[in-house]
Amino acid sequence: MAFGPHLLLATLEGLVTAAVLALTALGLSLVFGVMRVVNVAHGEFFMLGAVLAWAVASAFGGHPAVGFVAALVVAPLIVGALALVADLLVLKRLNYNPEATIVATIGLLYIIQQAALSFYGPEARPVEAPFSYRVLLPWFGYSGYKLAVIGASILLLLATWFVLARTRIGMVMRATQYDSETAQAFGIPVDRVYAGVFAVGAMLAAVAAVLIVPTSQAHYLMGRDPLLLSFIVVIIGGLGSLRGTVVAALLIGVSDGIISVFFSPTLAKIIATLAVAMVLVFRPQGLFGTAAR
Amino acid sequence: MADALVITGLDCFYEDTQILYGLGFSLRQGEVHCLLGRNGAGKTTALKAIMGLVPARAGSIRLDGVELTELPPHEVPKAGVAYVPQGRRLFAEMTVAENIEIGLMARNKGAAVRDAVLDLFPILRERLKQRSGTLSGGEQQMLAMARALCLEPQVLLLDEPTEGLMPSMIAKIRETVTRLRARGVSTILVEQRVDAVLPVADRVSFIENGRVRETVEVDRLRDEPELVKRYVGVS
Repeated sequence: MAFGPHLLLATLEGLVTAAVLALTALGLSLVFGVMRVVNVAHGEFFMLGAVLAWAVASAFGGHPAVGFVAALVVAPLIVGALALVADLLVLKRLNYNPEATIVATIGLLYIIQQAALSFYGPEARPVEAPFSYRVLLPWFGYSGYKLAVIGASILLLLATWFVLARTRIGMVMRATQYDSETAQAFGIPVDRVYAGVFAVGAMLAAVAAVLIVPTSQAHYLMGRDPLLLSFIVVIIGGLGSLRGTVVAALLIGVSDGIISVFFSPTLAKIIATLAVAMVLVFRPQGLFGTAAR
Repeated sequence: MADALVITGLDCFYEDTQILYGLGFSLRQGEVHCLLGRNGAGKTTALKAIMGLVPARAGSIRLDGVELTELPPHEVPKAGVAYVPQGRRLFAEMTVAENIEIGLMARNKGAAVRDAVLDLFPILRERLKQRSGTLSGGEQQMLAMARALCLEPQVLLLDEPTEGLMPSMIAKIRETVTRLRARGVSTILVEQRVDAVLPVADRVSFIENGRVRETVEVDRLRDEPELVKRYVGVS
């Protein structure tokens, strides 16, 4: 394949990675931005989304689209409910203390991972895409489903932006993010906001997993890469910044796609990690984050 | 005159450090009651305790028969207490309109209250779409008060509202407090500066080491300036 089409293919692959990464990292960023909780178990919510997608899709017979749509609804709801329980039983009891919650979410990571191993098993299992359509470009054919993943991710990101910027719920979340004590003094039930944000963050990771799992496979260890890349994205973009998360996901996703195709996936990860180090040294608040007051 | 708020035997801690020791005073209906004292005396902690932001380990805070210490912090404003914190604590990344909306949401107040509050501070009407962090210090203080008044509170807590403001703004704040008193709103005003207190206060409580040492009518303060010197350090 000539260089130009090869580059286009790599960019398209990078855009798919970026779209899913943006959704996953947005969940992590929301949780940190509003709650100041570094959720080390975020990748496991992603993994649970994929594993539950397999379970739900397998339970439905007939056309794969039926099982997939059911998984797209059911998996994030179950993951969100689990996150609510984790918030109630663990994070709230720790009074959302930033240091204590890091340790607690590490524990949560292992609990979820080992529960998946126990109940789901060590096998990697496929989830069928809801449709198989190839978009024929002059140089190669490309998966229509992957393009749909990009489209769906953009729609979800826009919906999240709309909720945050244009609705009362979003205003309450932002007020809690900026100053939780003052928010309470104006009648905002901060604990309930935290619980909701933790659930929504987990649901975003689960949705991202359901969208991407037909292009890979569901496996109980699949939460590690999304967690690492999400941390890279939110640090570069600025913790708590939606715009920063999207821009950083694009940068990391597309560069990961291109470097992986032309050189090696390992080099892509090395460069991404170097980028994080540079950002931490020269702009610790991230590209779009606000410096600590 | 009936008491709007009665505080008795209040003990508050920051972690293991005790800040308030059996603090007690009452706020009459429509009264402006000032808390004076040196830095670290416990004035701000007293206001935060009323709001439930610092939990009370002992004592009582009663508002119209409702025990505020038994409410979660987010229910206190719904009971009718509004708070203007020291340093304003606006939601700086949000617009003026959004800050006001947050105030309205607490007690489900509507457009009529919003308009009435903006009539008190007309300059804010021109700044509704501006990010509140970009307002001048005086405008930020007006917004902090407007946001609190959106609750239509029975009790208003003002923590050093004149801090760092120019005289014209201080006069505007005094005028607002006086207007609210005329409407029956009871106010607790925490101040460091005695000259900011005298023109608006009805009574003054001196706080020292987390205890109310003395509560006096403001006229007595004019006659006995040594009281101020004793508890605040300047006259």
